[in-house]
This record gives sequence, structure tokens and C-alpha cells, in this order.
Amino acid sequence: MTKDIVFGQYYPASSFIHKLDPRLKLFAVLVFIVSVFLCDIFYAYAACYAFLLIVILVSRVPILSVLKTIKAVLFIVFLTAVLNIFFYKEGNVFWEWEFLRITDEGLLYAAKMALRIIFLVVSTSMLTFTSTPMALTDGMESIMKPLKIIRFPVHDVAVIMSTALRFIPTLLEEVNKIVMAQKARGAHFDNGGLVKRAKALLPVLIPLFVSTFRRADELALALDARCYNATPNRTKMKPLHFSWRDLVAFFCLAAFLTIIILLKLGFFGLV
Amino acid sequence: MVNFTTMADIIEINNVSFSYKTDDVMTVGVKNISLNIAEGEFFVLLGHNGSGKSTLAKLINGFLSPNEGEITVNGIKTSDEKRIFDLRSTVGMVFQNPDNQMVASIIEDDIAFGCENLGVAPDEIRRRVDWALETVGMSEHKTRTPFKLSGGQKQRVAIAAILAMMPKVLILDESTSMLDPEGRKEVIETVKRLNSEHGMTVVLITHYMDEAVSADRIGVMNGGELVLTGSPSEVFGQPEILKEAKLELPFPTAVSHNLISAGLPVNVCLDDDSLTEELCRLL
Amino acid sequence: MSIVIENLSFTYGKKSPFEKKALSDVSFTVNDGEFVGIVGSTGSGKSTLIQHLNGLIKLTSGKITVDGIDLSARKPDLQKLRKKIGMLFQYPEYQLFAETVLADVKFGPKNFGAKDEEAEKMAEEAIKMVGLDFEEIKDRSPIDISGGQKRRVAVAGVLAYKPDILILDEPTAGLDPTGKRDMLDLISSLRSSGAVKTVIMVSHNMDEIAEYADRVIALSNGRLVSDSSTEEFFYDSDVESLNLALPHAVYITKKLAEKGIDLSAKPLSLSEFNEALRRKLSLGEGGAL
Repeated sequence: MTKDIVFGQYYPASSFIHKLDPRLKLFAVLVFIVSVFLCDIFYAYAACYAFLLIVILVSRVPILSVLKTIKAVLFIVFLTAVLNIFFYKEGNVFWEWEFLRITDEGLLYAAKMALRIIFLVVSTSMLTFTSTPMALTDGMESIMKPLKIIRFPVHDVAVIMSTALRFIPTLLEEVNKIVMAQKARGAHFDNGGLVKRAKALLPVLIPLFVSTFRRADELALALDARCYNATPNRTKMKPLHFSWRDLVAFFCLAAFLTIIILLKLGFFGLV
Repeated sequence: MVNFTTMADIIEINNVSFSYKTDDVMTVGVKNISLNIAEGEFFVLLGHNGSGKSTLAKLINGFLSPNEGEITVNGIKTSDEKRIFDLRSTVGMVFQNPDNQMVASIIEDDIAFGCENLGVAPDEIRRRVDWALETVGMSEHKTRTPFKLSGGQKQRVAIAAILAMMPKVLILDESTSMLDPEGRKEVIETVKRLNSEHGMTVVLITHYMDEAVSADRIGVMNGGELVLTGSPSEVFGQPEILKEAKLELPFPTAVSHNLISAGLPVNVCLDDDSLTEELCRLL
Repeated sequence: MSIVIENLSFTYGKKSPFEKKALSDVSFTVNDGEFVGIVGSTGSGKSTLIQHLNGLIKLTSGKITVDGIDLSARKPDLQKLRKKIGMLFQYPEYQLFAETVLADVKFGPKNFGAKDEEAEKMAEEAIKMVGLDFEEIKDRSPIDISGGQKRRVAVAGVLAYKPDILILDEPTAGLDPTGKRDMLDLISSLRSSGAVKTVIMVSHNMDEIAEYADRVIALSNGRLVSDSSTEEFFYDSDVESLNLALPHAVYITKKLAEKGIDLSAKPLSLSEFNEALRRKLSLGEGGAL
């Protein structure tokens, strides 16, 4: 069960993309998502696809791992596509029954929506594939720094995010163990109505909460033992700073965004 | 064997008592404990669950403050709240559950956490992290996630995370109790090496008697009191007190006591090989 | 009431980059009334093996039959199987969930179809069987009792539905010496009193296995490498090559034999070792002992 979870996992390598400043990567994902939603013509999607493919190849993350992240959301992609195919009203009708109809534009629109979701998932997972959770939380902490002025506990939030990410696999494993133990005692989770099913989950949820609290308690001691909040002048092993790589990446990103905008404005005369 | 009486005491526990208060009921954690531990000593604290040994550990690094008495570590009073972080970077503590003491998803980031909290310069953190991982033999894993490691490896990472803060004393609070025999061996060997090669003062808290046989000194706790202290052969020579403290004698020690009570001239043996030799002499 | 395993193989994450073979071609039979120890270093496939016996992992290759229930059938009756095989996982106290000890122990019997009153009776019996004071503990929260008591309650939670076979995964993990001893004595008394017929115990502690098991099955890298009586396993096979330690009694007896001293016994526990020494010495010293 836990072995199948790929989404959100770091893939260790030392590629150009891995070495980029996490702040730039966070920014890049934002720009890419905006670009995807600016896309309306086929060529724009092709440009997004090309950009993403280059990023994947440069990062040296195996294509198979990237494809697995898509597999995780395949159902959502499928559902979106189906809904759009049947409920899109415009265009030339191919087939019609009651309130359902399939049109040429509907098919096109469904394909676009599916692609958008795939692009979103792949781009964000490229971020987690190429940046350690620590780097990401450091990046977010740095971006949120201005909030310190209004006494927002930026660093605490960053540590919370980092430990949360750290404990996800541990807790998933725990759920797996508890489910097995209760099944061994004859519990079943997959029959009966909604209420019955929800009730059947209590023997899993309660031990999970109890154990999570116990873990949190012990983690708090461990944080104290490692002098958490000893000084306001906290340092970093890997301080963030922009390098020539980030500059190069920034210009690539700017070029990409320009192309997308030009495509949107019909600048190349493509439709 | 090193004579620790000539060395300076790094931990001084002076007539300390502590009680927990829950729902207006006081339960004794520890009472009237006096104990000095010398710099560079390998001290093992034995006791069954609930004997007060973990309470004593928490008192030593200032998680708890004594109701009575006083504890000084390397000249720092544990009750001095202004120096609490000095204290905690002097006394590093490794806990029982290896999963619940890691904060980051990448091993080297986790090791760096303590130094970052203390405001150590980045280059120096890098140096310390590499050194700490090298010392516990986990360098090759530094950019990996701790999730897939064995229990023994996780505890070695936890030790490295403490080492990076350059403590003078390392307390292991039942850090081997959740490990399989291989993992226990890995951790004990790592700690012994730290003690002998780096002069680290070690306080190992455990209920495994066999981990105590190579200690410099052993303390036995029962009902919140320190009922026995001494060298391994002194402590293991007192089977009645150990039994009363709900501890189980190591196999060779139990056999030698059995022979002694049958009136045979046998030395108390602490390990299998010396018992074999005693038996060879006897048979 | 036997367990027959034939050519069991299992691979985690088949056809994925994380593919890992956990068991290959394992075959053995457990007979009624046996106390079987399963040993092997971490990652040797012990957990995967016992999870199969209870249908917690779907059988993909090979055949398992438990008292006539064929797990390779398309839809085996898992409830019937799980009622026969009680399974106690590592740190079982972490799975307690109900508001009271009694309610938690009743969980199993009720799942297996017992009426409330009947379940309560079964729970009461089980709680007494594990040596707890029923009246004192039944209404307490399983979160507030001591660690040793929690584990006993967890054992009661399994015993309550009267399984014939008890499978235990590291039942003494994390307990202190007295707790360990009590737990092992409890397990062996359950068997001698007939509360459970067959016991299968996974343990890393070879001294425990040597003292309590009648038969040892050893796994290494997912393969069954040894299946013999406990005495044969520790005295005649190469235990250390499996990355396992020899029990103290065996280690010292073997060392003595190397030095030409024959204890003329194959002790497996402290008491057996002491007994062997007593015999040997009384011979040597004209019955002084």
C-alpha cells in the first residue's frame, strides 16, 4: 500500500533542475500553472508539453516515475473528460440522447481539461521530485518572510510543514498495520451503508489518533532536546541564494511565458 | 580499566527527588538520588519499566526540574532556565522510538536541525553533519529518506543528529528497547566506539542486562530509588537485589550463581566465553 | 486443524520499479498441537508469511489450506478462517480502540457473530485467562492502564473468539524482563490448558524460541532454509550463517564440546542447562550436588 505512493517523493539526483533555488522552482510552478490556464489553442498545449518534457529530461527523473504520478490521478482525469464530453453543449452534434450529447467541441474541450489536470499534477510533482521537502519549506519560509512583520510565526509554520511531510509515510504504514490487526479480529470495512461503513472505521481512526498524539508528544520532546527555538538567529546548513543557474532558468521561464502569451494573442497567426 | 575517581565529575546529582502530579495525586518519580558520573565514563542505568530511570534522564537534561535537591551538568545547574539550551546542547538525548525523533524527510537535513537551531555557521554545520554521519557509519545514506532504514540505522541517525550539536554527554533513554538483536548490536557498538574513541560520556538507560556487562559502572533503580551502584562484577554479584528490582540476570551470571549456591568455587561470569572457561576449569 | 502451505511465493509491487520478492517457493505443514517458532533476520519474509495465513495478503502464487479452507479458492471464507486463526501483531496494544476494556475485548466475538450477552461472557473468560482482574479492569479505558496490562488486554481481544491457532508476531517486543517472562509463560500456559491448540510464534530472540518452541522454521531472503525440531535446528544446522545468534545454552554447550567437554545433553534453556551441569558435576564429584 505505502509502497505505491510516489506523489510527493523526492528523487535524489544532482541535475540542473535539482540545483535550482527552491524559491525559483516554486515561482516557476506558479507561472506554469497560469500558462496552462492561458492555453486555448493546440499549439499552446504543445508548447507546455514541450517545456515540461525538457524539464523532465534535464532533471533525470525517470519517465516511469513521472507517469506513476499521473496514474494516481487517472480517475479524476477520466471523470473530468467524461463529464465534459457528455455535458458540453456547443458545437456539431455527433450523438444525442435525452440531455446527453457528444459534440466535436465537447471532445476538444474534454481533451484540453484532461491535459490541464495532467500538466498540473506533473509540474507540481516535478517540484517535489527535484526539491527536498526541507528545501521546499525553506523556500516557502523565505517567501513568507515579510509576514514576520505582522508577527506571523513563519519559522514554526515551516517546521510544521516539514514534519508533516516527514510523518506522512509513517502514519500511512501505521494505518495499514491497524487495518490488518482489526481485520484479523473479524472487522470488515467494505459492506453496509454509508453510516455502517463510517462506524466500521472507528476501530482504525481511534488507535490512529491515539498513536498520533503519542508521536506528537515524543516529537515535541525530541525538538526540545535539539534546542528548538534556542536563538532567534537561526542559521541554515544550505542557505538559499540565487546562482547563475537560477538566472538561466529564469530567462527560460520568461521566454516560455512570452510564447504562451503571444500564442494567446494570436500573434503567430495560429489557431 | 580507567580509574574514573581521578577524573572530574561531569554530572553531579545531589539528593534529588521528583514526583509527578496528576489529578491531585502525587506519584513518586525518583527519590533521594545522589550520583556522580565522571567525564568519559560509560554508565548504564538499569531498571524495569516504571522504576524511575527515564524520569532521572529527563531530570538530567532539564525536561523536568527536581522538587528537592540539585543537578549540575558541566557546571550548569539544570534549574537555571537561562542556560537551558546550553544544558541541552551539552547533554544530548536519544529516545526510544526512532520514528518519533526525526523532523526532516532527508537524513542530512535532519542531522543539521539541531545546529541550525543553535545558530551555527553554515560551513560549520556542513562539516559537523558530515562528521556525525561518518562517526555513526551512515554517510552513504545522507541524501536518502529515513523512512526505509532499519530500526538500528534509524537510531544511528538519531545519535548522529545529537552528535552534530557536539554534546559532552550522550543519554540513550531506552533507545534499544524497540530494536531487533542486530539493531541493538549496531547501536551499542556505535555508542561504545563514541565512548572509547571520542571520550564521550555515555549514560545508557536500558532493561537489557546484557548491555550492561561492559559498562564502567552500573546503577540499578527500583521504586524510584537508586538501589545499587558499582562495577559490573559488583552489581552482578548481588542477584537478590537484582531479582527484587525485577531484572533478569544474564544467562552466564545466572549459571554461575547457581553453581555458587551449590557450593562450587566459581567466579561470577558476565559473558558466555568466560563462563565456558570457568566450566572448563571445573569439569 | 492443520495448516498446509505449498509453493507459496509473493512479490510486492509487481511490475513496478519497487518490485520486491518477499517469499519464494515456501512449503511446510503445521500440525495440530504444535508450537512452531518462525525465525529469520529482518526482511526475511516472516511477516509476509504469517499475514498470508490469515488472508490479510491475497494469495497470488501457491496453495494454502487451513483446516480444509482453501485460500487459493476464488472467494475463500475469510471470516471463518480468521475466527480459527487468532493473530497478535507486534505492539498489539496500539490497536486498542474502545471506551472500555470489556468493549474492546468483545469486538472480536461480535464481529464473528456472537450476540451481545454471549460476547460479554466470552470476553470475561478471555480477560480472566490472561490473568487480569475482570471486575477491576472491565470498565476502565484501555488507554489509562499500564503497558503490560494493555498488552494482556490485546491478547484477551484475540483469545475471546476462541481461535484454535494463535499466531504471535514478536509478542515480547518492548517489554521489560518481567513483562517478557510473564508474556511467554502466559502463551505456554494457554497451550497447556488447551485454550489454544497450536501456537506459531515469530521472534528475533533465539533464547525465547529455543526455550518455548518444539519446532523451528527458518527463513532467509524469502526462502525456507530449515524446518526441523528445535534441538536439531540449534545443534545441527548453521544458525549463525542465517545472521541469527545462538541461544546462550547452545552456544556454551557447543563451546564446551569444542574443548572436549561433552555435557551429554542438548540443553535449550537456562533450566535445562543447569540440569545438564548438575548431572555432569554429580557424576564427576561423586554425587556432591
